[in-house]
Amino acid sequence: MAQSLFDKLWAQHRVCDAGDGADLIAIDRLLLHERTGSVALKSLAAQGLAVKDPSRVYAIMDHIVSFRRGRGRDEARSPGGEAFITETRAMAQAAGIHLIDTDDPSQGIVHVAAPEQGIVLPGFSIVCPDSHTCSLGAFGAMAWGIGSSEAEHVMATGVLRATKPKQMRVQIDGRLRHGCSAKDIALYLIAKYGTAGGKRCAIEFCGSTVTALSLEGRLTLCNMAVEFAAYSAVMAPDETVLAYATARLPERTNRAAATAHWQGLQSDADAAFDYEIHIDAADISPQISWGTSPEESLALGDTVPIDAAARALDYMGLAAGQRLSGLRIEGAFIGSCTNGRLSDLQAAAAVLRGRRVAQGVRAVCVPGSQSVRREAEALGLDRIFIEAGFEWGAPGCAMCFYAGGETFAPQSRIVSSTNRNFEGRQGPGVRTHITSPVIVAASAVAGAICAPVDLSIVSEATV
Amino acid sequence: MLEPFLTHEGTAAVLMRDNVDTDQIIPSREMKTVSQQGLGEGLFAAERYLDPAARRVDPDFVLNRPEQVGSTILISGENFGCGSSREHAVWALKEYGIRAVIAKSFGEIFHGNCIRNGVLPVTLAPAQVDQLAAIEAPVRISINLEDQILYCSALPDWSQRFEIGEFARRLLTEGLDPITLTLTEMDRIEAFQARDAEARPWVYAND
Ligand code: SF4
Repeated sequence: MAQSLFDKLWAQHRVCDAGDGADLIAIDRLLLHERTGSVALKSLAAQGLAVKDPSRVYAIMDHIVSFRRGRGRDEARSPGGEAFITETRAMAQAAGIHLIDTDDPSQGIVHVAAPEQGIVLPGFSIVCPDSHTCSLGAFGAMAWGIGSSEAEHVMATGVLRATKPKQMRVQIDGRLRHGCSAKDIALYLIAKYGTAGGKRCAIEFCGSTVTALSLEGRLTLCNMAVEFAAYSAVMAPDETVLAYATARLPERTNRAAATAHWQGLQSDADAAFDYEIHIDAADISPQISWGTSPEESLALGDTVPIDAAARALDYMGLAAGQRLSGLRIEGAFIGSCTNGRLSDLQAAAAVLRGRRVAQGVRAVCVPGSQSVRREAEALGLDRIFIEAGFEWGAPGCAMCFYAGGETFAPQSRIVSSTNRNFEGRQGPGVRTHITSPVIVAASAVAGAICAPVDLSIVSEATV
Repeated sequence: MLEPFLTHEGTAAVLMRDNVDTDQIIPSREMKTVSQQGLGEGLFAAERYLDPAARRVDPDFVLNRPEQVGSTILISGENFGCGSSREHAVWALKEYGIRAVIAKSFGEIFHGNCIRNGVLPVTLAPAQVDQLAAIEAPVRISINLEDQILYCSALPDWSQRFEIGEFARRLLTEGLDPITLTLTEMDRIEAFQARDAEARPWVYAND
């Protein structure tokens, strides 16, 4: 029978039937971060259980670490957050798992660092107690977010008990319009079909638009799948992914065997899916969210829907029918596992070069990982950001979510390259508009929501 | 060992909106410790308190109303527990005293987290949930998990069967811990890994 890519991945990891329609699925890699992983490690130890295969478990510090440049080893960005760092470190060391500590040159947001460090490779099953783990499906891996008790289960047994999800194929064809990126595809998809649109499916993204995306763009699109209620996202690995992965295979590995295995990681031509969605890339314009759910997004030039929910309007300080472009902002953030990679920073820097952030706007850029930071600094991007008036932070999740501590002021309007615009996500009362890095950069310069093309018009008007 | 869930009768609090995400259930800033304990106080902190830092109670929030004191069941809309995968959301509910959540649908990860922690997630058709939500507070509900049936004292002739997987039901009713159960399959897991290490050695060559 014809198989989808996800069918193949599932079959390759299926240990046995676990009753009630579920299977035991072998897990190749488990990722932990200090916020949810520390709890799992502690609870496992309290039950007197050991990690079955410590060499395949990684703890990475990203969520609570301070993003202040020159941060101390235990410095957290929220009061009392140091305990997450020090306890995770101590427990990771005691358990004998890999630890990527705050001062490690490989440190970064778990979903950014895992590809860079070869922790995820095509064909892997990889889980993490973090919902954006689906990002890693961009490598042709079976990747999904789990709960903290499930992480304990993986550590103790090497497997997870899981029910095979339904499958959806989202096919996107055609050339993206000027100014559009993977982030715009994701927001467009979620706005059009709703945050429940992915129906808890394993979603395969395919089509000529997807094939044309860079590796980083692929990670961005898969990253947002969880905001679409996807169980996981997956993409067939292309030549670029395979080359990237080959360079990261463990030494003494038979590269030919690995490559041969990886080349089979594609859906058969006549594979069946439970649901199909087709999108024409030409229909996608640059997107920005207006409300408090990613589905409350629209094309930058559009107006807030007439039937918009009162609660969202109230929280966001907007009126139905209002235009977003031109709205004053007080903050801008570039970073996160969605858009904190080198190409995101390059795209934003291209907008910022020779320009200044508007007065009254606090603008922050935090590279997704140390590797991204080093590459960006080698290219001089940090200078561009800093000269434009951005703060240049130390890698981690930073202002993607509020963990206590210092953040934007309540009721301030923020443009952010992150993935969630929930109430309070970036701080109490903070009004987050999620969008692409170039729109964040342009809006920071204008002091108001706008696209890069609008900047020349704005500056002419103010002359 | 969890407390087995066989039957439960309690007062239900109605939080009737869709997409109550885990950050609303337990805001990030309430997750102060590396522990499963001490979270109940932070449950719904952004709504429950007028000033969360000072713990100044908002008398209008449903759980704070006098008739809702001691609520052990929540009733809500679509996609309850969506958003961040933090298991703290369930721990907070549990510590507060919530034993079951009745909703139109659930966030996937949250649903699994409930079952693993002995909290019963009940999915009902939207019309049924709306019917329960429309009853004048406090709503008293009784749940029989063995028979998978809900009763509501305000609706004498009403009873509703709900579906839950056999495995989930077994874990909840026996108070079983999934790790202990899986460890009984260790022979098969190890045999699989030995075969897989032949086929995909690079997965295991990782020291
Ligand atoms: S960057 Fe944001 S979304 Fe990504 S892992 Fe960190 S907190 Fe989660």
